[in-house]
Amino acid sequence: MLTVHNLTCVRGTRPLFTGVDFAVAPGSWAHVRGPNGVGKTSLLRILAGLAKPEEGEVRWNGEKIGGEEFRRELMYLGHRAAVKDDLTALENLVFAAEMDGATLSREHAEDALQRFGLAGREDLPVRFLSAGQKRRVLLARTVTRRAKLWILDEPFTALDVKAVDFLANLVAEHVKAGGMAVLTSHQAIPLAPGQVVEL
Amino acid sequence: MSSLRPPETARALGLAGTDAVLSEPQASPFKAMLSVLRRDLLLAMRRKAEVLTALFFFLIVSSLFPLGIGPEPALLRKIGPGVLWVGALLATMLGLQRMFYSDHLDGTLEQMVLSSAPLPLLVTGKVIAHWLVSGLPVVVLAPVLGLQFDLDPGALWILALGLLIGTPVLSLIGAVGAALTLGVRGGGALLSLLVLPLYIPTLIFGAGAVQAHLSGQGAGGHLSLLGALLALTLFFVPWATTAALRISLE
Repeated sequence: MLTVHNLTCVRGTRPLFTGVDFAVAPGSWAHVRGPNGVGKTSLLRILAGLAKPEEGEVRWNGEKIGGEEFRRELMYLGHRAAVKDDLTALENLVFAAEMDGATLSREHAEDALQRFGLAGREDLPVRFLSAGQKRRVLLARTVTRRAKLWILDEPFTALDVKAVDFLANLVAEHVKAGGMAVLTSHQAIPLAPGQVVEL
Repeated sequence: MSSLRPPETARALGLAGTDAVLSEPQASPFKAMLSVLRRDLLLAMRRKAEVLTALFFFLIVSSLFPLGIGPEPALLRKIGPGVLWVGALLATMLGLQRMFYSDHLDGTLEQMVLSSAPLPLLVTGKVIAHWLVSGLPVVVLAPVLGLQFDLDPGALWILALGLLIGTPVLSLIGAVGAALTLGVRGGGALLSLLVLPLYIPTLIFGAGAVQAHLSGQGAGGHLSLLGALLALTLFFVPWATTAALRISLE
């Protein structure tokens, strides 16, 4: 259970948002919406524990976020690619898992990449892939990483229609299995409606 | 473009769904450290130009001095250790800014901060990788370059030993500076201003060790002090760097 209480974020001297309150219970998801520059990414970074709010607090199962327990159960995928151009898709996925404190076999990594339509491109350095394919390398972590809470910042950017449906399906399955998700997107999300957080 | 495999098919394989994730939790956090180390070394091997730049810089800078000063063995012997140490120090500085910068740019650093493995360990992995790539080659090359300064075998041995203990200190101190100046515009110049003064003790004891050997006093004291510096930085730097990274990322 993720609880957000009276969150205020200030960028420089300008307040981005004030008094944001919401909670995400197991088996539900939240869609953070709002125009450009309203602070969606800032909110998500605060939820992940990457930034500190000016006021208010975020709790995970009643505990303040940031502990090892929280980080183990969190998957945060930002709008940056978080893949290394000089490494292959496969190496990127395996190293990402290992640095997360897990092990991922080559076969399982290949399987994850194939599910994301990257069959035959596993051993290509990522710099030869298109923006959408790079995005898929990052998103392959949704099937390799063990996490209860998914925080996805604009996950559908650069993806084609099929990939959007596929990812939406994964999020739906994750939520149905008792997981939680917080996402931002300007597009309508092809998912059973979740709670909407307007900024 | 091959099609995406729907989750239904994958579930039939017993793999998909969020209740059956592919990765397994790891027993030891040191594995995460080794993984960072392996990844950084692999990246360095794929971009050899950056590694070789630092090495050639060291080679050329230390060779310019004997060429400029001319064949005066007594003078060369006197300035040799200092020149080689300053060269090593500047060569280490070259790759320093990149230590966290590229990871910061592409978002990998955020993922490291959020990893369930302890960040100080991941940072240590990155520092070791930096030393293996920019420090160790200098240690190997220095005795060869020392011949240009007419240093005797004993002095060359002390030089290499001093660099072996001293260059990790340079990488460690540099890591704190690199983390502090991350995301600052013109961070490169600021990094030099921040880090070079902190390199002074290492430089004094390192170059001093060879001088002490040449003057017959023995290098033991200087090398012990270098060792103490290494122990001290090894203990504090991972935590200081971690704190600096968290501040820089906000």
